[in-house]
Amino acid sequence: MTQAVNHVALLPLYAAAGTAILVLLADLTLGRFRTAAGVLGGLATAVCAAVTSSAGATFCTGAACSWVPSRPAATVAVLFAALTVGVLALSVPALSARALPPGEYAFLLACAMTGGVTVGYAGDLITLIVGLETLTLPLYVLVGLRRPAAALTFFVISVVATAVALMGAALVYAASGALHLAGLRAAVLAADGGPMHPVATVGTWLLVIGFAFKVAGVPLHAWAAPTYDGAPMPVAAYLSTASKLGGVIGLTVIVARLDTGPLLAVLAVATMTVGNLVALRQTRMVRLLAWSSVAQAGYVLAPLAAGADGVRAALAYAVLFVTLEFVAFGAIIALRPPDADGGTLNDYRGAARRSPWRGAAFVLAVAGLAGLPPGLAGLFAKVTIVGSLIGDGWGWLAAVVALNAVVALAYYVRAAAVLYAGPTGIAVADLRPPVFAVRWPVATAVIVAAAVAVALGFAPQLLFDALTA
Amino acid sequence: MTWSQLLLVGVLAVPAIGALVTAVLPELPGRRAAAGFALATLMLVGLLGLTRGTGWSGYGLPAVVPWAEYRVSWVPALNLDFHLGVDGLSYPLVALTALLTLLCCGYTVRHVPGGGGSGRTLAALLLTLEVGILGTFLAFDLVLFFLFFEVVLLPMYAVIAGWGGAQRQAAARKFVLYTLLGSVLLLLGVFTVVAAAGTADLMALAGGLGLSRTTQYAAFALFAAAFAVKAPLWPLHTWLPDAHTEAPTVGSVILAGVLLKMGTYGLIRIGVGVAPAGAAWAAPTLGVLAAAAIVVGALLCLRQTEVKRLIAYSSVGHMGFVLLGIATLTVTGLQAALIGNIAHGVITGLLFFLAGAIKDRTGTGDLDALGGLRETAPRLAGLFGFAALASLGLPGLAGFWGEAFAVVAAVEHGGALWTTLAVVAAIGGALTAAYFLRLLRRLTHGPARAELSQPWVGGVEWVAWSPLLALALAVGLMPALVLAATGDPLAALTGAAR
Repeated sequence: MTQAVNHVALLPLYAAAGTAILVLLADLTLGRFRTAAGVLGGLATAVCAAVTSSAGATFCTGAACSWVPSRPAATVAVLFAALTVGVLALSVPALSARALPPGEYAFLLACAMTGGVTVGYAGDLITLIVGLETLTLPLYVLVGLRRPAAALTFFVISVVATAVALMGAALVYAASGALHLAGLRAAVLAADGGPMHPVATVGTWLLVIGFAFKVAGVPLHAWAAPTYDGAPMPVAAYLSTASKLGGVIGLTVIVARLDTGPLLAVLAVATMTVGNLVALRQTRMVRLLAWSSVAQAGYVLAPLAAGADGVRAALAYAVLFVTLEFVAFGAIIALRPPDADGGTLNDYRGAARRSPWRGAAFVLAVAGLAGLPPGLAGLFAKVTIVGSLIGDGWGWLAAVVALNAVVALAYYVRAAAVLYAGPTGIAVADLRPPVFAVRWPVATAVIVAAAVAVALGFAPQLLFDALTA
Repeated sequence: MTWSQLLLVGVLAVPAIGALVTAVLPELPGRRAAAGFALATLMLVGLLGLTRGTGWSGYGLPAVVPWAEYRVSWVPALNLDFHLGVDGLSYPLVALTALLTLLCCGYTVRHVPGGGGSGRTLAALLLTLEVGILGTFLAFDLVLFFLFFEVVLLPMYAVIAGWGGAQRQAAARKFVLYTLLGSVLLLLGVFTVVAAAGTADLMALAGGLGLSRTTQYAAFALFAAAFAVKAPLWPLHTWLPDAHTEAPTVGSVILAGVLLKMGTYGLIRIGVGVAPAGAAWAAPTLGVLAAAAIVVGALLCLRQTEVKRLIAYSSVGHMGFVLLGIATLTVTGLQAALIGNIAHGVITGLLFFLAGAIKDRTGTGDLDALGGLRETAPRLAGLFGFAALASLGLPGLAGFWGEAFAVVAAVEHGGALWTTLAVVAAIGGALTAAYFLRLLRRLTHGPARAELSQPWVGGVEWVAWSPLLALALAVGLMPALVLAATGDPLAALTGAAR
């Protein structure tokens, strides 16, 4: 049997995979322009995704398809491409300081982007898992570029999580005979009450737990802090934005179709509480952001407890969070010397007084992550979550989210205030690192991301529309 | 867009633009520009007051009808309209906010508090605060109200943490965490109402809009707790003294003058307006807490030894009177609350200006180290005496009406409970007189202890203080200045509560 393949629908995937090949060719033949090739390919991918959002589905058996373009899918693909381009830009100082191998680096990021695009369009469980793995696999290498030990933890836990997710998919398939997302709900409901019903339930739960790893949800969260802190900072930025977004998409796909309410409520409460409480005690900047991003994952999980009704709120929150997190990492990279790691909070003492614009970007991001103005994006993110939860009858979970927001502010304020703090007992000149100029790709990435965050704050309806099929 | 709509938007846009402009200008021009933008805002607010026609009250049942209104859909997915309006309830507070911000920005042109931050940034933050506070008073949409309510948190944190006293970090953190707790409770309450009613329009929601009794109880409990943190109502007041003691003078003025009013205004507009059945249900509890706040506040004041801390605790007592007025749920009580709000804003703003001036000149706020100002700085001592007398509720000055009529409203409400509360509140009023007289004795009389760097009152200080002096007298003599247009909206709100 031959299938008609709609190549127009596949354009974003072609563009993303083509980017990887382009980078490889640039590296092999020219020995330069790899980053430029990656940026160009990423932008092409974004354009392709934006243009083909209404293309027809393809790889179909009957009515069920494995590659399903839609407005949310296109939005997700654009976001993955934008994050890849942004992280490439953030990597420019480290790449030109020869701290990282440029060819391999850009190639691996492009591969991860291909996986991310696939996740957005996936129409069956296997495509989804393959997409997620393609997104994660290059990251093992990227994380290990600076400190292989960090990659090992990440790798081991990741493999376990993948095995768990695959097991879940297998059990769901065994119980319902469905792999395509289109017929999944009906097939699992048909097994309701029958002997295979417990199998389907266990399968669903395993899928959720496996995907929760990608968003660094409790109980599979412990890898996040050491991995982020050990990885090169742009890679940490990618892990906490693109990689996390992939996990969120995977989760929304499952919870929109299968009943997982109580499990997700428990995961959400545990994730946000543990993340916030541990973040309170962090003294290293990247670790603080890592634990805060664990907590943020908890906020994303919360509306998913309401099932399909909470999906749009979770996706909207994830997009706003990813934007702000990117700005935060970008600002840190801009504030640190090219070959440095994230450093301790004290390393940032007084930094915003010396570089007010970089400091302002960081404050905008951190205030947004705390759910507060001046940028309205974070405020709307918080409002969306709480509004969705209360609207869906999960008032107690909304209260937990609200209380967690108060705990979180304690460390966000600490991280932001240290940038403006004066010296304590030590001469200013000793504390402040010498002034260094920020490279223009980094500056551009941070400015664009901050502008996007501010724009989304003024017009969040654009985002809600883009996430509505 | 009509003129009044343009004015409404302008009142928010001008300080917002001003904050951005101030932030990018150099130091001294920046501070001057901030004062200019604050002045422009005040003028727009004045014009906004003139747009109130005379025949607007209409026929039939009174309803919550703002005299100027602007509405445009913003985020339909969150039921959020950008809906601004102004009526007799909010206008006095809007005017007070614009006035106090102007005075503070003007004061900052010459006086930059120590602590390391630049005066220009401080002025920009003051304008940002103004946007948040004005937006809260002007919002006619629940979600929008919440958004503006949140805007003030971080700027106020920055003001305390950047320009405050020795313990500023701890005080600022306590302030921001405490008040964020209040505002997340507000967020829960807002969406409890929005989810049940399907709209966030305050005009449509006024009177309960068929919300079930349970929803109203839950929503009012959340609102009351949220606004009690902000107001603050005893026993949720503990962030206030620290914040006031450490904040720079202008920070204290804005904090006491208008920031706290967001709590009491919210309780009237949102609490009583949206969940009247809940308000009626919780009124006795609120009343008891308010009376307790009056007495506890006064007793705490009697043993304070720091000027700014004492004034801060006096706010707890004054807010107690305001909340007692609100808890009666009568037109008289709510009017007492409104005028108490304004009077407290004017008088306490003035008191903090004066206390700040004394602290700047002597380097201490400790009552044991001060004394004899009557002889060393007679003008300053005289002004302080005037403000203290106004604050303790001397008839003829602004503080009198709010306190007296809160008690009157409680007596009129009748019943053993409310009569007892009225008596307790009256005793608290007497204690208020006691601690202010003690303060005056310690501060202005007795032997002169502290050296003053500058005994006279400077030109900028006269400019910043005289509007407040004049208002304290004017509101005292003509309470109608504040209350003129409050009758109908309050009747609309309380009509539903019974």
